[in-house]
Amino acid sequence: MAHVTVGGVLLEGQAPTFDASAFNSQPMFPSAVWTSSGGAQYTWTDVWITNHICMAVIGAAIVIAFWLIVSHKMTIVPSKRQWFGEYVYNIIRNGVGREMIGEGYKRFVPWLLGLFCFILVNNWFGEFFPFMFPTFSKIGFAWGLAILTWLLYNYVGIRRHGFGHYMKKMTIPDGVPKPLLILIAPLEFISNFLTRPITLGIRLFANLFAGHLMVLIFVVGGTYLLTWVNNVAYNIAGGASLLMSFFIFALELLVGFLQAYVFTVLTAQYVSSALSEGH
Amino acid sequence: MVLLEEQGPLGPLLPAHLSELVIGVVLFIVIVLVMRKVVVPRFEKMYDERADAIRGGMERADKAQADAAAALAQYQQQLAGINDEAAQIRDKAKQSGVQIQAEARVKAEDEAQRIVANARTQVAAERSQAVESLRKDVGSMATVLAGKILGESLSDDTRVKKTVDSFIDSLDSEPVKK
Repeated sequence: MAHVTVGGVLLEGQAPTFDASAFNSQPMFPSAVWTSSGGAQYTWTDVWITNHICMAVIGAAIVIAFWLIVSHKMTIVPSKRQWFGEYVYNIIRNGVGREMIGEGYKRFVPWLLGLFCFILVNNWFGEFFPFMFPTFSKIGFAWGLAILTWLLYNYVGIRRHGFGHYMKKMTIPDGVPKPLLILIAPLEFISNFLTRPITLGIRLFANLFAGHLMVLIFVVGGTYLLTWVNNVAYNIAGGASLLMSFFIFALELLVGFLQAYVFTVLTAQYVSSALSEGH
Repeated sequence: MVLLEEQGPLGPLLPAHLSELVIGVVLFIVIVLVMRKVVVPRFEKMYDERADAIRGGMERADKAQADAAAALAQYQQQLAGINDEAAQIRDKAKQSGVQIQAEARVKAEDEAQRIVANARTQVAAERSQAVESLRKDVGSMATVLAGKILGESLSDDTRVKKTVDSFIDSLDSEPVKK
């Protein structure tokens, strides 16, 4: 079969089709062995050292370096560098931590700050060179953070209220008539223990995945149409699509920020509800 | 280009390899540890110091204000004291002026009276002296004159004396010209 593959948009003959191979990771040191049946035998370096994992590591390094630099030799009267650090720090510390969690919020600031920055940097990798790929469109990373948040809020809840009381608090709302609890309690359980982490993970992943997909379609498809031979209408459509891709990029910058913020706010919200008395 | 085969039963919703999940978790834990051990303490320490500095500054400002108010009160008090003192001094001066004036007046009056009295005594003495000498001289001269005019000796002393006395009395009644 004559396949033309451009960045995952699979162009077969004149009908472009798509598979998600643009999102597949690429081993940095490929050493897979193809068996006779067509399947691949991956070695551990293929799986553990991929381009996307390297991106995540670089993202984490950027976050750590940024915070070490802006917090270096802090003074009461801030320098410009420190002022910028304080600005970002206060968005999370006061805007998210203090607002959502209230008393005792300070011990969650490292978590929230790290979460926000790690997601933000990796999301913005999708719009900037050299990667042009949002790390969290790989769902493994999103699941990892969702699981950690799930562990965090359940841990602090159980530690404050004790396991029994915490489970009761999270499944049996106040003021619900006893017979209704047959319905409500399982729903509350599903909502608080299953839906929360799943939606956290999928929301983050799907936004980035879809965003990157849009970028790919506008850029790759646009380029494809623009360079179509002997069809001016296709070429115009391709140019328009490339122009549109700039707006999509701008939109993706916003989405990347919003998703980082939403993930952080929801984490704070879950922690707050796990710590609160009553309900 | 070698790509990892990643299409599991849930498509892109489930990672085909756990590597991403594990690496993501490890990286995030590393980030949180750095934040917790280094970054957040640095920020919070600086915030505490800033709060202290602001509080200290406000305390200093309050103290300065209190000091200024105290100084002002002190100055006002001193000023009031000075005014009082000045008023006292003025009163005293006025009093002593009046006293000096009165004393001077009394002295001057005394002096004047004394001078007048002296003058009077002197005038009286001179007058009586003059009267006395006149009485002596005028009597004899008049007698002589009269004797010459009348050509007779006025032997009758009693009559002569009477005439002279009445003459002098008439002189006495005339005012003394000074």
